Amino acid sequence: MEGKLNKSLELNEVNNNKKNFNPKNFFSTNVRAYAMIIGLILIWAMFAILTDGIFLSARNISNLTMQMAVVAILGAGMVLVIVTGHIDLSVGSLVGLIGGIAAALMVWKGWGTGLTIITVLLIGLAIGAIQGFITAYLNVPAFIVTLGGMMVLKGILLGITKGVTIAPMRESYKVFGQAYITNVTLFSFAGLVILSMFFLAYRKRKSGIKYNLKQEPSSYYVKPLVYSLLILGFVYIMVAYKGMPVPVFIMLILVIVLTFLADKTTFGRSVYAIGGNLQAAIFSGISVKKIVLIVFALNGLMAAIAGIILSARLNAGSPAAGTMMELDAIAAAVIGGTSLMGGKGKVYGAILGALIMASLDNGMSLLDMDAFWQYIVKGSILIFAVWFDIYSKKKA
Amino acid sequence: MGLYILELKNICKKFPGVKALDNINLRVKFGEIHALCGENGAGKSTLIKILSGVYPYGTYEGKIYLDGKEVQFRNIRDAENNGIVCIHQELALVGELTVQENIFLGNEPNIAGVIKEDEMYIKTKNLLNELGLDIDPRELVKNLGIGQQQLVEIAKALSKNAKILILDEPTSALTEKESNTLLNILCRLKAKGVTSIYISHKLDEVLSIADTVSAIRDGQYIGSKDINEITKSELIYMMVGRKLDKLYPRKKRERKDCSFEVKNLTVYDPEIQSRKVIDNISFRAYKGEILGIAGLMGAGRTEMVSAIFGVFPGKREGEFYIDEKKINIRQPIDAIQNGIALVPEDRKGTGLVLNMTVKENISMASLRNFFNFIIKEDEENSYTLRYVRDLNIKTSNIEEAVNNLSGGNQQKVVLGKWLLTKPKVLILDEPTRGIDIGAKFEIYELINQLVDEGVTVIIISSELEEVLGISDRVLVIYEGKLRADLPIQEATQEKIMYYATGGV
Repeated sequence: MEGKLNKSLELNEVNNNKKNFNPKNFFSTNVRAYAMIIGLILIWAMFAILTDGIFLSARNISNLTMQMAVVAILGAGMVLVIVTGHIDLSVGSLVGLIGGIAAALMVWKGWGTGLTIITVLLIGLAIGAIQGFITAYLNVPAFIVTLGGMMVLKGILLGITKGVTIAPMRESYKVFGQAYITNVTLFSFAGLVILSMFFLAYRKRKSGIKYNLKQEPSSYYVKPLVYSLLILGFVYIMVAYKGMPVPVFIMLILVIVLTFLADKTTFGRSVYAIGGNLQAAIFSGISVKKIVLIVFALNGLMAAIAGIILSARLNAGSPAAGTMMELDAIAAAVIGGTSLMGGKGKVYGAILGALIMASLDNGMSLLDMDAFWQYIVKGSILIFAVWFDIYSKKKA
Repeated sequence: MGLYILELKNICKKFPGVKALDNINLRVKFGEIHALCGENGAGKSTLIKILSGVYPYGTYEGKIYLDGKEVQFRNIRDAENNGIVCIHQELALVGELTVQENIFLGNEPNIAGVIKEDEMYIKTKNLLNELGLDIDPRELVKNLGIGQQQLVEIAKALSKNAKILILDEPTSALTEKESNTLLNILCRLKAKGVTSIYISHKLDEVLSIADTVSAIRDGQYIGSKDINEITKSELIYMMVGRKLDKLYPRKKRERKDCSFEVKNLTVYDPEIQSRKVIDNISFRAYKGEILGIAGLMGAGRTEMVSAIFGVFPGKREGEFYIDEKKINIRQPIDAIQNGIALVPEDRKGTGLVLNMTVKENISMASLRNFFNFIIKEDEENSYTLRYVRDLNIKTSNIEEAVNNLSGGNQQKVVLGKWLLTKPKVLILDEPTRGIDIGAKFEIYELINQLVDEGVTVIIISSELEEVLGISDRVLVIYEGKLRADLPIQEATQEKIMYYATGGV
């Protein structure tokens, strides 16, 4: 009897706790997520002032997003790899190789665009899968596997291209790097995204009330509303120039798909569990090896897509394309809040990270600063971002 | 020098939103063994963290007097320089270094940075002799058993000239024999004038060794008693604030069909291929029965159940049957899909992903059973919430990271996770280690309830009292071999110890 009484009392306590909202906690968890956005706004404001507003012109913003797309796509794939506790150093070489193969197939062999694209996507997937297999099933550390992969792929690229740039690509291929999406398609895409955001917010609110989940203090619809305004503003700027660059469009689609995979599927849940505590994941019956292999394969696919976009933009397969891009991708993921210890990170963070780096590149070029400064500044930002994350965690 | 070596006055410690310690006053006599008792979450760990300088002066309120003088520790080193050394639950030894290197880690005798190996060896030897230990100072720590490692920790503390030794659950991972050695050493140290503050959930141990016991509950100091003036039930009452007349709820039950059978299980050491960790063990487990598995640390109990579950790295031979049907288990998912669940002994290492939420942890082992790729949030929320209520898991909500839960509640999350897989056979490996009496009782009641519902329960425990308290039948394992299969009516502590130490 007494036991029962205690139990019901404690249940009451639990329910009461739910109503207690702790503003301090809210601030400390969200300040980290928003710090990068604040940083981005500061960087933009600084460049806007220094360039007399040229930085924020529609044309420049269009260029800026175009520049970031390739790294953002690579970064998005990289997030999943890093969350599992691994790393992939080969994506830069893979980007170059895919461009080289695509160019060779089209220019030398006369293949059509469709067949070429399907082929190189499969090649990217296969190369990722092979590296994933060696990492997961043969237990060779990913750092070594992909460091080796980086060299091997580079070698293959040089072998295929014989060290020369292969050009030009087909017109229909160039679409993926150079075309713009204009009014009708763009607005219907934006509308779709906005509608689904509100729908998801509605569902979340319903389920939140039903199950008494941790509630965000602000009203449910504020967040989607803010995002909608941002999206509309973004679309407006895009339209003011030529429309949305196709690479940016592809990037957004991929991020939505990967975010869905990471947050809403058993696959994504397994990825975070593996990175969070490998042993617990194994004990829970998660097929760790299979998941790791899939993550690497997916990353290879992302690199192939990035390779297509890059070669389409350059209108060539170049032996130097993609060099060092793996480091940009890792930096984008890390600046976006992904922990190299595994278990923690968001796909959209990579977009943010890529945007910060592209903004620095772009702004400093506008200011006619020497290229060496870009390396120094970007490197310092990377270190600063990680330090800030550690620092704010300690404070909280 | 006064009667008291250590006095705490009005110690308060707040965490965001919680008052962990509320006006604690504690006095420890010179040269005594002072036991500190309390449920998990009562504030014992917080208190010793203040004492050992983990929480520096200024982060708490109140005063600490050592030998009558006020002390303010800025860090752990400060506390150690004042003679207060704490041995934490998780051992802080480097496995790849030798015993002597560990003992002098950070304080190596040296000339201009070059370590004087011989001096280190001799000093270590002397220390170990003083403790009556026969350990080679040049042995790598990873080659020692967990009990010996604990003793090396004590030697390390003494090398720092500890006046007050704080031990946090030192025997929780030890066998009876190892515990006895450790307790003897504490008595020996007492004779030399070393004061010990001793934290343990094992009340019998506390009653047999301590001079004074103090209880704290919900961050408040309840009182101190001379050991001769207190009985076990009075001590429990001080700790939990209510009487637990029967710690082990026992029900009369009828044994039904055999639901799980292991035939000729042999498991080999993953590193030494010829060594058998488990040697030809066969047993049956029945519906409506709790099967206890007893044995000393290292007897192979954990290896046995992890081999059954498909997670042991070494080679394995043998057959498994569920409801008389042969099943194949190559990896955990096979076991799970055949209705076997394993609650592993190390909840932080293998049971939970600490930075993930209560919800995510509870559904982790059932992802395949419940969802086909896309996770339906509504379903996940509703069944998680059900287990949070049924198991009385204290959490502000199901999207809280399990990191922020107390040990007992974390353990209940692990239980919830495995109950959700709807097991026919539930294997529990040390399910109550390191959790408080209140939570233990709840877990025992839950186990009883599960057995009534037709689940076959197999429970491994190092606490003999627990094995005897809840099992209906006890298997005793010694060095990988099954030594005895005792119905509870025939099982006694002496008998189990006899078989567990190699008697035939």
